Amino acid sequence: MESSQAGEMMLQYDVVVVGGGNAALCAAIEAAEAGARVVILESAPEHMRGGNSRHTRNFRCMHHGPLSVLTDTYGEDEYYDDLMRVTKGQTDPTLARLAIRNSEACLPWMERHGVIFQGSLSGTLSLDRTNAFFLGGGKALVNAYYACAEDLGVTIRYNAEVAHVDLGDGRFHGVTLADGEQIEGRAVVLASGGFQADLDWLARAWGPGAENFLIRGTPYNRGTVLRNVLDQGAQSVGDPTQCHCVAIDGRAPKFDGGIVTRLDCVPYALVVNRDAARFYDEGEDVWPKRYAIWGRLVAAQPDQIAYAITDQKAQGLFMPPVFSPVKADTLGGLAQALGLSGDALEKTVADYNAACREGDFTPGVLDGLATSGLEPPKTNWARPLDTPPYYGYMLRPGVTFTYLGLKVSERAQVQGAHGPLPNVWAAGEVMAGSILGQGYLAGFGMTIGTVFGRIAGQEAASHAG
Amino acid sequence: MLDNTPNLNDEAARQFQICNSCRYCEGYCDVFPQLFALPEMTAASATHLANLCHNCRGCYYACQYAPPHEFDLNLPAVLAELRQETWERHARPQALARVFHARGVAVAAALIAGFALLFFVMARLQSEGGEGFYAYLSHNAMVAIFAPAFVLPLAGLALSLRSYWREIGGGRITWASLRHMGGSVARMKNLSGGAGQGCNFEQGARYSNARRHAHQATLWGFVMCFAATSVATLMHYGFGWEAPYPFWSPPKLLGVPGGILLCMGTGALAWLKLRADPELGAARVWGGEMAFVLLLFTVSATGLALYAATGTSAVPALLAIHLGAVLAFFVLTPYTKMVHGFYRTAALLARR
Repeated sequence: MESSQAGEMMLQYDVVVVGGGNAALCAAIEAAEAGARVVILESAPEHMRGGNSRHTRNFRCMHHGPLSVLTDTYGEDEYYDDLMRVTKGQTDPTLARLAIRNSEACLPWMERHGVIFQGSLSGTLSLDRTNAFFLGGGKALVNAYYACAEDLGVTIRYNAEVAHVDLGDGRFHGVTLADGEQIEGRAVVLASGGFQADLDWLARAWGPGAENFLIRGTPYNRGTVLRNVLDQGAQSVGDPTQCHCVAIDGRAPKFDGGIVTRLDCVPYALVVNRDAARFYDEGEDVWPKRYAIWGRLVAAQPDQIAYAITDQKAQGLFMPPVFSPVKADTLGGLAQALGLSGDALEKTVADYNAACREGDFTPGVLDGLATSGLEPPKTNWARPLDTPPYYGYMLRPGVTFTYLGLKVSERAQVQGAHGPLPNVWAAGEVMAGSILGQGYLAGFGMTIGTVFGRIAGQEAASHAG
Repeated sequence: MLDNTPNLNDEAARQFQICNSCRYCEGYCDVFPQLFALPEMTAASATHLANLCHNCRGCYYACQYAPPHEFDLNLPAVLAELRQETWERHARPQALARVFHARGVAVAAALIAGFALLFFVMARLQSEGGEGFYAYLSHNAMVAIFAPAFVLPLAGLALSLRSYWREIGGGRITWASLRHMGGSVARMKNLSGGAGQGCNFEQGARYSNARRHAHQATLWGFVMCFAATSVATLMHYGFGWEAPYPFWSPPKLLGVPGGILLCMGTGALAWLKLRADPELGAARVWGGEMAFVLLLFTVSATGLALYAATGTSAVPALLAIHLGAVLAFFVLTPYTKMVHGFYRTAALLARR
């Protein structure tokens, strides 16, 4: 696999895969199975390998009839409609349908390559038809793919941060690592993720408020490769301010807090900002459908912070948070503990309580128990906040991944200033902006990564062969 | 690291709270569904879950929060430490448990003491004649040594289990719980990884069924050897059919394959243990655990050697060595890793 030229080590591969997450691994496995000599350049150390894929948990999959752990049927049109609802039409229909149609064949492929699925997790029953969960989560999937790639003879390099991709004359020649090492290849698959861990880049897109954002996933997705190839004329797609951004626990670590930092209490809470004022309908829809908009809502508030307030009645209605909430016997006491104005919070709650109506409260389904005459309204699950103790949960925007990415063709080929780059492909978050213009659909990131990772790997191997 | 944690329960509760917010590992074993169903974490629940854990390590290698992540999740280790603490706390006397659980050299000393006692007894108490082994050690002398060495430790263990059962609030045993326990033990379901892929032991992040198979050989080999002794006792007292038994007899047909299985199983377990990461178990008792596996290996290997040596001059020495090993094993039962089977069975039986 390694050849020595003119006294210095010059590594040459058929396919260079930049990145080490799901899309990169799918590409590497496909290319290696096609007979290519493949290297994976993972910028993280081994224990952090896998990019954001190590935090994922499921794969959204079209299927006709029960498939593996998935029940019933989830057809192309329903899947597409679900996607269009969250992206509000901001999507490339051809690529989106391609991802959806290919997902059905991907699930058995994933199983053949070591991924084990389990039925939907407790607390996620609404997903057992649409999303296949990985046994052990995304890191177990990543482990399975690394083992598979090793068995196929793929060279795996950790701590191998790519600083420069040589696209001279409009085609790929090789990469230069951060330490100066050069690696040559006949083709490249760029699967290096988004740029969300580069806080300066986020700040350029969002303004200084981005300093208060938390990054839910790997600190290694700094967008170095994305920036490098964009600077060399690769075409971009997507809006730099768009990302999968959810409201998470404000006490989460700056990076890598992952799934456990999410807060599911919003539908059963009142959410107030720094000034103890409400700003959005907490009961607009069931949480899985509103999960992905609250990050942006909180980001728009002063200091990018909000507080979800519940009373004793709401305890047990949502997934337990990883950090214990702030608890107090009075609203004034809670406000003090959270650093809010007690008078303002008491007034907000009093106004809300006065707007609550009699009616049946039914958690988990739209129960229509709405406030009347309140602005903004709470349109479901609106019960008075009156039973101490009271609980407070601090919310911050948590960025999962950014959508600004590389424009690709249906064969995952990267587009340059003068047409497609002949030996450059991209897969995963780095090109997901082609499909996700805004919003997010649970499990769809892994669908994009798997479908386009496999296509990119096949195409790159075919080109190199 | 964890062995000096002032309060293991607090550390387990901290880790459980993170697990409860994640739930990715729900499909690996019985621990997680039971954890997620708890209304609140108590010390008794933590003890119960710790004893339910089979240390398959699937949850560690799948964990995005494993060290060096700042959440520092190492559930297999904290549960192993907590189990260990449970076993030592409920043992009577606790001091013996603390010594033999942790220290392989103490187990070896007990083994040597067992050899010495048997050599001494055989030298001093000349058998009044008899066939087979009884030519060297009379049946009555054997019973005088082994009956108390078998019954007393088991009685002590029964008291320990009773206090454990009360602590965890095990509840009433039903047919359903017996069936659940029996099925789980017979198939070692909690080492299957949930989907039959096995656990993460000797190959790190890769799954393997090697440990499950080795444990099955050990468990079933032990059960067959125990059954061989039991059936021989029954034949001796019930039917007047005394040892030595021919090959085509129940004690030999159970004992010989059982001994081979036990030998292979414990040998494999010892080899696997050398390759696995000690930091994902109760690292401070590694030596005691290894010594216990080797003690079981010695029991089975010397038993087979004794059978192979039938009719040779090696029999008296091998007999003393084998019986010495069996004696050490029996006496140490409440104070070694042997208790894990009893506590885990109880955990599988407990009210879910």
